[in-house]
Amino acid sequence: MPVPDTKYFFIDPNRCIGCESCVQACSECDTHKGHSMIHLEYVNRRESPQTLPVVCMHCDSPTCAEVCPADAIKRTEDGVVQTARKPRCIACNNCVLACPFGVPKMDTHMELMMKCDMCYDRTSEGKRPMCATVCPSQALFFGTREQIADLRPRSRPINEFKFGEQTIHTKVRMMVPREATVNHLDVTDGMFDSGDDPQADDMMAATLYELPIIS
Amino acid sequence: MAQQPTATLDIIEQFGPHLAFSSGTRLDRGVEPDRLVKTHCCFCGQQCGIQLKVKDNEVIGFEPWEEFPFNQGMLCPKGVKRYLQGSHPDRLVSAQERAPNAPGGFRPIDYIAAIRRTADAIQKIQAEHGNGAVGVLSGASLTTEKTYLMGKFARVCLKTPFIDYNGRLCMVSAGAGNKKAFGIDRAANPWSDMLGADVVWISGANVAECAPITTNYVWQARENGAKIIVVDPRITPIARTCDLFLPVKPGRDVALFNGILHLMIEHDWLDHEFIEKHTIGFEALAESVREWTPARTAEVTGIAEKSIRQAAEWWGQAKTSFLTHARGIEHHSHGVQNVLGAINIVLASGRIGRENCGYATITGQANGQGGREHGQKCDQLPGARDLANPEHRAHVAKVWDVSPDDLPEPGVDCYEMFRKIERGEIRGLISICFNPLVSLPDNNFIQRMLDKLDFYVAIDFFLNDTARHADIVLPGSLQEEDEGVVTQIEGKVIKINKAVDPPGDARQDWRIIQDIAAAIGRTHGMTFQNPREIFDELRRASKGGVADYSGITWEKIEANYGICWPCPSEDHPGTPRLFELCSDNPIAKVAGPFYFPDGKARFNVAEYTPPTEEVDSEFPVILTTGRVVSQFLSGTQTRRIGPLVEQYPEPRVEIHPQLAQRLGIKEGDWTTVASRRGEITVRAQIVKTIRPDTVFVPYHWAGVKSANRLTISAQDPISKIPEYKVCAVRLAKATAAPEYADQLEPQQS
Ligand code: SF4
Ligand code: SF4
Ligand code: SF4
Repeated sequence: MPVPDTKYFFIDPNRCIGCESCVQACSECDTHKGHSMIHLEYVNRRESPQTLPVVCMHCDSPTCAEVCPADAIKRTEDGVVQTARKPRCIACNNCVLACPFGVPKMDTHMELMMKCDMCYDRTSEGKRPMCATVCPSQALFFGTREQIADLRPRSRPINEFKFGEQTIHTKVRMMVPREATVNHLDVTDGMFDSGDDPQADDMMAATLYELPIIS
Repeated sequence: MAQQPTATLDIIEQFGPHLAFSSGTRLDRGVEPDRLVKTHCCFCGQQCGIQLKVKDNEVIGFEPWEEFPFNQGMLCPKGVKRYLQGSHPDRLVSAQERAPNAPGGFRPIDYIAAIRRTADAIQKIQAEHGNGAVGVLSGASLTTEKTYLMGKFARVCLKTPFIDYNGRLCMVSAGAGNKKAFGIDRAANPWSDMLGADVVWISGANVAECAPITTNYVWQARENGAKIIVVDPRITPIARTCDLFLPVKPGRDVALFNGILHLMIEHDWLDHEFIEKHTIGFEALAESVREWTPARTAEVTGIAEKSIRQAAEWWGQAKTSFLTHARGIEHHSHGVQNVLGAINIVLASGRIGRENCGYATITGQANGQGGREHGQKCDQLPGARDLANPEHRAHVAKVWDVSPDDLPEPGVDCYEMFRKIERGEIRGLISICFNPLVSLPDNNFIQRMLDKLDFYVAIDFFLNDTARHADIVLPGSLQEEDEGVVTQIEGKVIKINKAVDPPGDARQDWRIIQDIAAAIGRTHGMTFQNPREIFDELRRASKGGVADYSGITWEKIEANYGICWPCPSEDHPGTPRLFELCSDNPIAKVAGPFYFPDGKARFNVAEYTPPTEEVDSEFPVILTTGRVVSQFLSGTQTRRIGPLVEQYPEPRVEIHPQLAQRLGIKEGDWTTVASRRGEITVRAQIVKTIRPDTVFVPYHWAGVKSANRLTISAQDPISKIPEYKVCAVRLAKATAAPEYADQLEPQQS
């Protein structure tokens, strides 16, 4: 059974509380039991408790698959980019280096690239992915566009990302503030530490709210 | 002599903490579970619904329980990994006796022999020093049936007044404040009332780490248009995206509430009709907050005057609101006053007892609520009845088939019990599900008192830090090895279901207690065959009390995903929202919605006094303590679960960059934090998310890493809660790494 095309995966970093439930739960999902395929990043712990969950964005034209010399990475018809096929993967690390979102992981022991497959064992059976089910703040949400529109009137989803010259469309949606003018996230803008270049924080500013201390 | 029998490292080697990770069957993808057991998490007071995957007699994983309404499948990392505590290598599967020459300081002993030794020791102490020479320390993570049994065991079987429980360290200030103001001690609302509130006010609650599922309610409220006000000395993850953050100086919350009420009065943001009809005491209160001008409030609380005015305006002008607080305002030597201050601004707004308008404390422990309702608190009998009230005593004595005169008088709080040990009045101790050596303030004192005991028996499933001092350890049961009810954060009674049998000689705790009773030869009322029988007696004992469970049955719970008490008859649906204007209760009898004979709520003057220990030149920095999301309380369970330890392996002290710079401390430096009572050396974490005059250390670790070596044993005069949230310390960069750094795994100590 394919993943229903009415259901989308939404990420709302503004809601993330850094609890790592997603990380702990991902290692319980049946396809890569014991390994977690999601990372949790602190944006800058000295400045703020803001954290960011990083899952596979399931790109329409996945860079990881495009650079794979062994044609080991498959994107299913329902748009889910899978862990490398075991017999094909030559553990060359090309995908790990090429993915603009930093998603694939090389398991050196198994000599296999592993990555988030949107819990294919669950989503293809109509269940929600493990991480999006447990996420206590629902920073990770799996559901229909109508549900998200209804639940999050202050935000809206986007799925276009720019990495310098490269534009990528993804199956996974990122929530940004409704009033934000951006229609895509330009990731290179956010690749500098906020301390180094205050102008370079546009991406973060688009997704995160400022802490309102009145003084 | 209840001294630790051998060196800590030897005990650790034998009994842990060791880290458990998924392995064997649990990691095997091909394994299908035999069944899924619908139950609840064994940790915090939210009691998330969860399904445990069971294969043979082992819990091998979990499956989200999406139908359970409170959490809809959501879980925090502790809930996700809780299954790793079953079949843990450190699990106690036989009774142990203190044996200083054995490698780990203990040797296994036959269960019956252990019970016999326990009974003999209790009898000897009681014969020589009186019944009150034996004390009982119980726990708020036990099922309500067990807590009921513990209360009955202490008073009917041991005939000692001295029983208290670790909920004393948790919510008693809220409970006492609620009783004074409303006549009842329970969260007044279901969490769904947050969703439609105009303002959600959160005081002293690190919601994201201590009650993670609640963030979804808060943020859903925000999506629906609510303004979120957070009061905390730290920018916790929930504070990060609030609409107004008030960085209060620890220990000054009541001043803030008084200042808010001052502004509400000044601007006439009051519900006069509600105040008039449903409350008493407003005039005296109004007089008392006259002095709390914004300027004075700002000076005392350390919050900008502008922010205080903004908060008052949003709160005062709201049509609907929800105020919630937790240990941040309760863990103080004037915790009850803080709570009363909070309740005053709720009552003055008239926004309680109707849809989208509410007030609640956030329960900390699994059964923090149910655990104090049915008789293990030193002054209470089942049904939240008062032990000092003759009518209440008579009712319960009848159910227990004893004479009211035979029931002991109220005892003392758990900390005072240690002071009684110091004075030689308590000589024998029975503890279950309580780890005072980590969780009580001024650990060094607690350690000396344990050493002083004539006899100490601990019931637990792991050898916790305190149990290392025991003469006898009886192997108890994990939550998934028994059944019964607990009462979660919203006052909803829910059902814990049994998934597996206890291994080896381990027994369900209620059996162990009854085995001790039998060995002492006092079996009266201590012969229950199963938890259901205990629950049925509890229902009768609670009937007519404030915490009335008489109409709740296990079947009703399962059919409705929980029933909120009070529930006075089997055809009663329970009471999700308290104080609805039309509501009836056994105390007011239609006189009004509040639980006093006249049906009216009480305003109480909330007096400001500074913390017991103010900073000075010798100890110039405020220490506050709390939790991290991957650890739970004293860590008996979570410090054994590998993935949770890896997430936050050891305590760190959070320091603001300005303070760090003055002290010459950098990120990751070993830093010694010292108070008048002790010191610990931990790594520094330099963050701008804490007040520059305050540092924070989480309290889940033991021994040389225990934050409670530093904290002060000052207590609230009414609730007797300890002042964990503020004491004076000094900090210095350590000259070298502490010894434990290379000796011990991060989670051990
Ligand atoms: S969708 Fe599944 S595989 Fe992907 S990160 Fe979430 S839990 Fe892991
Ligand atoms: S579970 Fe949700 S809130 Fe927690 S870290 Fe993951 S994304 Fe963030
Ligand atoms: S600890 Fe609390 S929030 Fe976490 S899963 Fe258990 S009940 Fe839920």
